[in-house]
Amino acid sequence: MASTTTVEQPLKTREEDLLIEEYGYDDHFHEHHHGDKYQSNFVTTYIFSQDHKTIAKQFLITGMFWGIVGALMSLVFRLQLGFPEENMAWLKPVLGQWITVNEAGIGTLSPDFYYALVTMHGTILVFFVLTAGLSGTFSNLLIPLQIGARDMASPFLNMLSYWFFFLSGVIMFFSLFLNTGPFSGGWTAYPPLSGLPQASLGSQAGMTLWVVSLVFFVVSVLLGGINYITTVLNMRTKGMGMWNMPLTIWAFFITAIIGLLSFPVLVSALLLVMFDRGLGTSFFLNEIFIAGEALPNVGGSPILYQHLFWFLGHPEVYIIILPAMGIVSEVLSVHSRKPVFGYKAMVFSILAIAFLSFIVWAHHMFMSGVNPFISNFFVVFTLIIAVPSAVKVFNWIATLYGGNIRFNAASLFGIGFVSMFISGGLTGIFLGNSAIDIQMHDTYFVVAHFHIVMGVAAFFGMFAGIYHWFPKMFGRFMNETLGKLHFWITLVGAYAVFWPMHYLGVAGVPRRYYSFDTFNAFAHFDTMNKFITVAAIVVFAVQVLFVINFFYSIWKGRQMKVRNPWGATTLEWSTPIRPGHGNWDGKIPSVFRWAYDYNKDEREFVPQYVPLSEEEKLQGHTH
Amino acid sequence: MTLLIILFCLILIIVVAVQIGRLTELANKIRGEEAAQFESNRWNGALSLVFLVVFLGGTIISSGYYGKYMLGFGPWVSASEHGGALDSMFKWTLFFTGVVFVLTHIALFWFAWKYRGRKGHKARFLPHNDNLEIIWTAVPAIVMTFLVIKGLDAWNDVMADVQPDEEYIEMEATGYQWGWMLRYPGPDGKLGARDYTLINSGNNPLGQDWTDVKNLDDFHPTEVVLPVGKKVRVRITSRDVLHNFYLPHFRVKMDAVPGMPTYFTFTPKYTTEEYRQLLGVKDNMGNPKYPEWYEIDSEDPDGRKKFQTFNFELACAELCGRGHYSMRKIVRIVSEEEFQRWADEQQSWYLLSVRNTDDDPYKGQMLTIDVEETDGGDGESDEQQTEDADENPAD
Repeated sequence: MASTTTVEQPLKTREEDLLIEEYGYDDHFHEHHHGDKYQSNFVTTYIFSQDHKTIAKQFLITGMFWGIVGALMSLVFRLQLGFPEENMAWLKPVLGQWITVNEAGIGTLSPDFYYALVTMHGTILVFFVLTAGLSGTFSNLLIPLQIGARDMASPFLNMLSYWFFFLSGVIMFFSLFLNTGPFSGGWTAYPPLSGLPQASLGSQAGMTLWVVSLVFFVVSVLLGGINYITTVLNMRTKGMGMWNMPLTIWAFFITAIIGLLSFPVLVSALLLVMFDRGLGTSFFLNEIFIAGEALPNVGGSPILYQHLFWFLGHPEVYIIILPAMGIVSEVLSVHSRKPVFGYKAMVFSILAIAFLSFIVWAHHMFMSGVNPFISNFFVVFTLIIAVPSAVKVFNWIATLYGGNIRFNAASLFGIGFVSMFISGGLTGIFLGNSAIDIQMHDTYFVVAHFHIVMGVAAFFGMFAGIYHWFPKMFGRFMNETLGKLHFWITLVGAYAVFWPMHYLGVAGVPRRYYSFDTFNAFAHFDTMNKFITVAAIVVFAVQVLFVINFFYSIWKGRQMKVRNPWGATTLEWSTPIRPGHGNWDGKIPSVFRWAYDYNKDEREFVPQYVPLSEEEKLQGHTH
Repeated sequence: MTLLIILFCLILIIVVAVQIGRLTELANKIRGEEAAQFESNRWNGALSLVFLVVFLGGTIISSGYYGKYMLGFGPWVSASEHGGALDSMFKWTLFFTGVVFVLTHIALFWFAWKYRGRKGHKARFLPHNDNLEIIWTAVPAIVMTFLVIKGLDAWNDVMADVQPDEEYIEMEATGYQWGWMLRYPGPDGKLGARDYTLINSGNNPLGQDWTDVKNLDDFHPTEVVLPVGKKVRVRITSRDVLHNFYLPHFRVKMDAVPGMPTYFTFTPKYTTEEYRQLLGVKDNMGNPKYPEWYEIDSEDPDGRKKFQTFNFELACAELCGRGHYSMRKIVRIVSEEEFQRWADEQQSWYLLSVRNTDDDPYKGQMLTIDVEETDGGDGESDEQQTEDADENPAD
C-alpha cells in the first residue's frame, strides 16, 4: 500500500516530475498566460470563473443545494403519505397557504400542493441534481484533468453553461412562491394537464415558469455538452488515444453525445406546449371539455407529446446513470488495486446502452393508448439493454475478485452502487415486458424501480466520486469515519425506503396518490407507509451529516500531503496538490499506456505517463 | 416546543458526529495510517458480510410475507381470465431475476470481504477473460429471449381487439376531473355517437348526439356491473385531461385520452361473491387463511367482516390534477342472469333527462323507434348518475 505511506512519497513525486519533464509535451502555456490574466480578482476567480475546476465546484455546490431542497420536499409529502392523520399545522410558517388549518387547529396539506411537491421533487432531482450536479460536476472536473488538457475547449462557454443552469434554478425557485403554486402536473408534464391553465392551479403561471426554467436548463446542458465532446475529441494529450482513456471519460463523452441529441427534442416539445397554452394552437389538444366549456382545439394528440418527451426522457436516465457508472468503474479499480475487468467490454457496453437508449422510449407508453403492435419492438429493444447492463455488473464484480480492496467511503459507495444497480436494474426487466407492465404501470413498483436504479444508484456514484476526488478539488480529505457512517446508514436506509415500495406496487397501489383511504384495495399498507416515511427521515438526516462533513472538510479536513494519495494511475493525480489555472505547472504529461496498470509486473501501480518498459514493448502492450 | 427539542437533538447529534470524526482521525494518526486502513478494511469487510446476510434474509422473508399481495400468489389472484398469463409472466421473471439477484449479491459482498486489503497481500492483474465474458453475455441474452417471446405472446393475446364474429358486451368509461362516467349501450347493444361540443353539464355530460337513435337507449349507471365469464370491451375516453382506466384486480389498465378513444377487452373470471369466498378461505384446521380479511369492517353498518364487504374497484392511474386519488367507482361482477335483470332495470339517460326538454330533437313527437320506456320511475331514478362538471370530490 504505497499510497498510504508518506515516507517514500516525496522521492516518488520528484521521479514523476522528471518523467513529465522528460517526455511531456510543452505547449508554452505558462509563457502565454503569464500572471493568469483570466483569474485576476475575486469575481473572475470564484464567481464568473472560466477554470473548469471552479466551475465543477460551482455545479457541485449548486447541485447539493437543490438536492437538499428536493429531499426536504420529499419529506413533506412522505409525511402526508405516512402520517395522513397527523396535524401539519406546524408546517404553516414555512408552507403558508398550502397548509389548511381547520377550526380545531388541525392542519392538512392541500392536495394541490402535494402534487406540486411531487412534481418539483422529480424535476429538481432529475435535472438539477442528477444531471447538472452529477454530470456537470465530474465532466468539468475530470475531462481536462484526465485527458491531459489545460482546460475545456471553450472555457467561456463552460462558464455560460453554469450560469444558464444557475438562471434556470433561480426561475424554478421563484415558481415555488407563486400564488397559484409551482407546476403540479408531474415532472413529465403531460398535456392537456400541463397545456391548459384551467386544468389545475399549478398549470397556470407555475407551468410557464417551469417551461422557461427548463429551456434555460437545456441551453446549459447543450453548452456543456458541446464543450465536453470537443474537449475529449480534440484536446487529449500526446499518447492519449481513445483506447487509453479512463472509463470516466468514456462515460462523460457518451453522456454528452446523448444529451446533445436528445435535449433539443425536449425543448421542441415544451415550446409546442407553450404554443398550445398561449397561441391557440392544437398540437396536443383535441376535443376537450373543461371547466364548463368545450374548447375549440381539435386535431392534436396528447400522445405526440409523450413521444417527444420520452425521446429525451429515456436517454435522460442514461445521462444520469452513465457518469455514475464511469465514476464507479474508476473508483472500484483504484481501490481494489486491480485493472477494471473487461475494459473494452465496458466501453462497448456504454456504447450499446447509449445507442439503445434512443430506441426504447415508448416503453414508458405501453398503457398510454399507442398501438399495442408497436409495443412489440420497444419490448425487444428494452430487454436487450439488460445484456450490456448485466455485462457491466459482472465486470464490476470481477474487478473486486482477486483484489486487495482498500475500504473507504469512496470504494464503499462504489460497491453500494453495484448493489443498487443490480436491485433496480432487475426490476426493469419486469417493467420493460409490456405484459407485466399492464399491471405495474404507474404503480409504486415503478417508483421503487427508478428510485433505486437511477436515483439512489446515481447518488451512490456521485458520493463515490465526491469522496474520491474531494482531495483533488480542495486539497483536503473528507472525514473517513463520518463517510463510512454516511455510507452504511444510507445503504440500509435507502433500501428500507424503496424496497417495500415493490410490495405496494405488486399489490397495485398507484403512484401519485395523495391519500390511500379512498380505495379499499390500496388501504392495507398504513404500517408500511409509516415505516417508509421514518426511514426517509433517517436517510435525510444522514445526508445532512454528509453536507456537514463536506463543508467542514473544505476548511478543516485532513490536509493532502502527497499528490497521489490513492496510488492511482490517471493524470489528474500528477498535477500539483492544489492545481492552478492550466492544471500542470510545466509541461503536460504524455501518455504511454491505459489507465489500469495496477499490480502489473510487481509494480503496485504504473501511472499513465510512465513509458513502456523494454519488456512491455516486446510483449506489445495491450489491455 | 417539540420543534425546538428536535432541533436541539439534531444539533447535538451533529456535534457528537463531528467529534467522533475528529477523534477517529486522531486515533488513526497515532496508530499509523496503514494500520488504520487495514483495521478499517477488516471492519468494513465484515460489515459487508453482515449486510449481505441481513439484506438477503430481509428481502426473501419480506417477499414471503407480502407474497399474498403478489401477482400469481396468495388471494390477490387475477379476477380476469387474461390476468393469469400476466401473473405467470411475473412469476417467471421473478424466478430469473431472483436467482440473479441472490447470486450477484453473494458474489459482490462476499468478494468485498474475501479480498479486503490485508498486510502483505497483493491484488492480481486480471484485465479480462474472453471466455468468461462471452458466457456472461450469452446467458442473459438467452434468458431475455425467453422472457421476450413469452411476454410478447401474452401481450398480443391480451391486447387483441374483439374479432368481428365475437360475442361481447360493450361499455364505455369516460374520465373527467375528477370521476368516471359510465355508459352502457342499452337493448340495441350499440353505443350512440358523441360530439364533445354538445356536452353540457346539465343534461348531456357525455355530449351524446340525440339525433343518433343508437343513443336513445344508452344508460348511465353509477357502478360498473358486468356478467362473469363474458368478454367485455371497454371503450375508454376522457373529457378533459389524461386519465387511466385501472381495475387492479383484473389486471386492466389503459389511458383515457381526450379525442382518441382507447379500449381494453377482458373477461371477468369470478363474481364479486366468489372472490369474497376466495378471500375468506379457511385452511385444513378451519382457521382463516388470511386473517386480516376476518377483521370487522368498521364502515359496514351490519358489522360484517372485511372479506364479506369486499368489492372490486375502478381507479385512475394517470395524474390528472388534485382529485386524481379519488376517482373511485365500485365494480360488481354478477351472474349473467343477474346482469340481464340489472340491465333491464336501468332507464336510458335520454328518457330520464332529455325527453321533451329543449334539447330533445324529437320534442313533442312520438318516437318511431323502440326505446323501452320501463315504468319503473319510482326510486329508480335515484340510482341514475347526475353529473356535474364542477363537482369536486377533493374538497
